[in-house]
Amino acid sequence: METSEGELKVLMLAALDGDGGAYRALLGDLRLRLSAYFGRRLRRDTADVEDLVQDTLIAIHTRRATYDRAQALTPWVYAIARYKLIDHFRRAGRRVFVALDDVGELTAADQSAAAEARRDVETALASLPERIRALLRDLKIDELSVAETAARAGMSEGAVKVASHRGLRALMDRFAGPGGSND
Amino acid sequence: MTENLIDRLAQDLRPAPRGLVAGRLGLALALSIPVSLLGVAVLLGLRSDMPRAIASAMFWIKLAYAAAYGAVGVVCVERIARPAGAAGGRLRWLAPPAVGILVAAVVQIAQTPPAKAHELLMGHSAMVCPWYIAASSLPLLVALVWAVRGLAPTRLRLAGALVGLTSGGFGAMVYCLHCPEVGAPFVAVWYSLGILAPCVIGAWLGPRLLRW
Repeated sequence: METSEGELKVLMLAALDGDGGAYRALLGDLRLRLSAYFGRRLRRDTADVEDLVQDTLIAIHTRRATYDRAQALTPWVYAIARYKLIDHFRRAGRRVFVALDDVGELTAADQSAAAEARRDVETALASLPERIRALLRDLKIDELSVAETAARAGMSEGAVKVASHRGLRALMDRFAGPGGSND
Repeated sequence: MTENLIDRLAQDLRPAPRGLVAGRLGLALALSIPVSLLGVAVLLGLRSDMPRAIASAMFWIKLAYAAAYGAVGVVCVERIARPAGAAGGRLRWLAPPAVGILVAAVVQIAQTPPAKAHELLMGHSAMVCPWYIAASSLPLLVALVWAVRGLAPTRLRLAGALVGLTSGGFGAMVYCLHCPEVGAPFVAVWYSLGILAPCVIGAWLGPRLLRW
């Protein structure tokens, strides 16, 4: 997981021009990332994880000409992975929305994008009332429990849950953009 | 297992074609617009007053209005047919044609005696125009669905709607060669409906036909 977006992109560009060695290195790296990506979302089914990794590698291969050389590579890869994951759930007969935490991964390999994402979160947080902002900080960033947060804020646990839920909703509304499903 | 797969994929790797997305979309349009043209010419007939028509501003306003939606549609499809592609900024170009036709409609109504304004809106073919436009767009819809299926859209409903928009816009452009209407309000309402129809159909078809 140490390779950066920039290094992966260099490999991809070489692969697109027919460099098999670069391609092998790229797929080897992506394989690990994809295993981690699917593994986190399908905790039990290691067989399914391996299937999805392979499906996604094949999709990357057959659709590689749809990669726009002017764009970052990892968002393209994770968009395919996410598409395959939703397809997998759909076939399994469940209707799901892949969680917003994917947004973090899209930029995880890219420091400047990550910094930008952090800034966006800060800006969005700043739009919330101070009391709710403090709750969200305690709960989500410092990862305190609801009880600890409630004690700190001098509120009941129920009130903390309701207020933080509203705050998250408001944040999600701000970030609502590209949809949650493939539709 | 996965190791073998990677070996197989990396063996005999051939360079990926450049400009695949634009190439496929261009090919689809180049094949389907003539089909639509032929259909309109044979089944509906080209307008009989063509030499006079092409000297009129309204002919070109209609053509430009329709073509603008086709063009905005296709540049959006070019983005949305790729994983992580976002049409976002390009969708903003939907606004200028709409504003343009509304301005033309208002100007025309202001210059026309109230008794005749109704005719500007309804013309002689209001009840058939949207249907004919939707029909003119069908060959394009089929060809573009084929083109996008071979690419990699990940937001299927949006991709379908934009494929429909492209088909509707260029389909309406072809239909202009038949349509004798001269009212900008007519175009603003009935052409727009005709272009909207394939968008709705496309949005419905997207998740069904654009999977890969």
